[in-house]
Amino acid sequence: MATVTFDGATRIYPGTERPAVDKLNLHIEDGEFLVLVGPSGCGKSTSLRMLAGLEEVNEGRIMIGDRDVTDVQPKDRDIAMVFQNYALYPHMTVADNMGFALKIAGMHKEEIRKRVEEAAKILDLSEYLGRKPKALSGGQRQRVAMGRAIVRQPRVFLMDEPLSNLDAKLRVSTRTQIASLQRRLGVTTVYVTHDQTEALTMGDRIAVLKDGLLQQVGTPLEQYDKPSNVFVASFIGSPAMNLGTFPVVGAAAKVGDSELPLTRATIAAITPEDDGKVTIGFRPESLDLVDAGTAGAIAVEVDIVEELGSDAFAYGVIPNLDPTASLQSPQVIVRTDPRAVPKKGAVTHVAIREGEQHVFSAATGERLPN
Amino acid sequence: MAFNITAAAPDPALLDLPWDLPLEQWPADVVAALPRGISRHVVRFVKLSGRVLAVKEIAPRAAHHEYRMLRALSGLDVPAVTPVGVVAGRTDRSGDPLDAALITQHLQFSLPYRALFANTLVPDTASRLLDALVALLVRLHLGGFYWGDVSLSNTLFRRDAAAFAAYLVDAETGELHAELTEGQRLYDVDLARTNIIGELMDLEAGNRLEPDTDPVAVGDDLLARYLRLWAALTEEETVFGNAKWQVAARIGELNRLGFDVGELSMVGDETGTALKIQPKVVEPGHHARRLLRLTGLNVQENQARRLLNDMDAHRHELGLQDESEEFAAHDWVAHVFEPTIKAIPADLRGKLEPAQIFHEVQEHRWFMSQQEGRYVPIAEAVQHYVDQVLRHRRDEASLIGVDTLSLPPVPDLPAPPP
Repeated sequence: MATVTFDGATRIYPGTERPAVDKLNLHIEDGEFLVLVGPSGCGKSTSLRMLAGLEEVNEGRIMIGDRDVTDVQPKDRDIAMVFQNYALYPHMTVADNMGFALKIAGMHKEEIRKRVEEAAKILDLSEYLGRKPKALSGGQRQRVAMGRAIVRQPRVFLMDEPLSNLDAKLRVSTRTQIASLQRRLGVTTVYVTHDQTEALTMGDRIAVLKDGLLQQVGTPLEQYDKPSNVFVASFIGSPAMNLGTFPVVGAAAKVGDSELPLTRATIAAITPEDDGKVTIGFRPESLDLVDAGTAGAIAVEVDIVEELGSDAFAYGVIPNLDPTASLQSPQVIVRTDPRAVPKKGAVTHVAIREGEQHVFSAATGERLPN
Repeated sequence: MAFNITAAAPDPALLDLPWDLPLEQWPADVVAALPRGISRHVVRFVKLSGRVLAVKEIAPRAAHHEYRMLRALSGLDVPAVTPVGVVAGRTDRSGDPLDAALITQHLQFSLPYRALFANTLVPDTASRLLDALVALLVRLHLGGFYWGDVSLSNTLFRRDAAAFAAYLVDAETGELHAELTEGQRLYDVDLARTNIIGELMDLEAGNRLEPDTDPVAVGDDLLARYLRLWAALTEEETVFGNAKWQVAARIGELNRLGFDVGELSMVGDETGTALKIQPKVVEPGHHARRLLRLTGLNVQENQARRLLNDMDAHRHELGLQDESEEFAAHDWVAHVFEPTIKAIPADLRGKLEPAQIFHEVQEHRWFMSQQEGRYVPIAEAVQHYVDQVLRHRRDEASLIGVDTLSLPPVPDLPAPPP
């Protein structure tokens, strides 16, 4: 097992100006499950491949433990790329299917057997070791494939969208399996996905990337509670955070007919580039339905209501917006108690819960102090 | 997402297939055959408008990705299965979503590797398959394609005279780059090595491997052969002395390996005594192109070598050396190649490709001549070959869904004459 360090690691593809990965600094702890997440083209897969040795590192370096692996061949890095599409060999037993790579490496029979048995125990496959893959269920076969990577006892597991080819149901169950398996094994794991739900549910920490630049690293809760900029705020969480840019009037942001007070620290951090505006964010689940007269209440004209049983979501617009205000998405989303759903077409009032209002610079998108 | 079909040359008959059923439940009257072995995905072969198509059920994202990759490979002129289309947005009869389907055209006369090992008598099969796979891998890498899951089962083989030609079948994990890094290439080869050893060990476990074949040695050999071919095609070389002769020698060596040189860089050093030469663009199919130009026959590289050799022999035999090459080629097609193919009864023509039949007839004739100590005329050799060999062969035009464990042995020929 080992730590992993990206130290100013940069990848510039030949013939392009903008780096695919730009001075990535990231330290992953021993045994940690780190998820690289972001939209397509953000550099997450490239980062993983730099760690695997499949992409060149043009600047900076990459360390596994204390070893600089920047110029080491992939097979000599002591990593395992895990993907779900391993083929299983029909004439070989489950034990041979799991251990054959060790046999290739010339490992002693006894040691192979020991490792295979250990892995089988973790994977609940002990009683099947002598059987052929044909006798196994789909889920068991997938675990055999995992076992093949586990028996190698690599220092780091690398996974690049391993669930993307599975159907939705299998994706959820495999997600849980991988996460719990990683915790039992305690092997440092770097996992790439474009799906923020996968990232939130699996990672010890998440690194959000955009355009080759690291946006924020932190636990799922940190990313959710304190997104460091507008991009992270809009990317993490489902449904997405409501975000809009509104004029500042005195010590408050003017959102439609209401005024949301801003702290002195926030006001002090506003610069001339912000042009007298701030970007305000609030999650659909951070809103309470309130009376019209409540301080800070925002009016919402409800267009559509989605009832999901456990939850309900109201989609609507904020009336009387200032002409200089702009919303990231034209509709505001409000999560409500499914037993007290606002009526379609009605005007309802919502207030942002204490401490759940996010304020960002209108010019840079960076988070402003509260 | 609504039901949709992405296809380059859409066949309306595609709409007749029961897309609202999971592939596993497709009725027997639609499905031509079931594939064998353990597959990650459900795959079925169907007959449609006179073609055999392979249908694979996978997630929509993966289906579109693989379709794009296969399209790109056909643009690069790399041997791969031809993509037909992607059917996505499928729902079953109660409206629940189904996975997408990737449709590819079944490669005629192709053989899965297991079918080639169905007989343990053929010497050297593993080695010949390896050569074909190495050639394919190098071509893919020259084109910037990283396969990511190289294996014998993700490859189909076509007979190519005494050798095989390999075709990529599964591009699910593939990626196309402007150029591959050394790390990508060597990792791909390392994956190939591991997978091939695993596949051979599996054949061994099923008693399907020649007893002398050591899977690990075959896997190690793959790397060595790959590195040799890659170096021959790409390495910079410094030559001294008679540069003209040495440049010609390098080009000759590449031609011998079956490649044409599209661009060669030659840079002299400051002293003027040395010249650095490096192939920049190499194109496979040197012999196949030459044969196509001379005769219009479109065959595989080693078959082309065979036919060209035979054509040369014919030219000498008839004293046509002074005639143009084109004239000699025309005469050979009219008096040797076509009569041989026409002598094959129509009902046996689905057994092998014409160029392969021609190759085998020539081999057969050589053995007959050896055995009988006389010069066997071609017409006699053809008849003997048809009765003794071809009639007993399985039909390889569309060898699909065959349980390779129960296949009759392939009456393959002994090793070719030296």
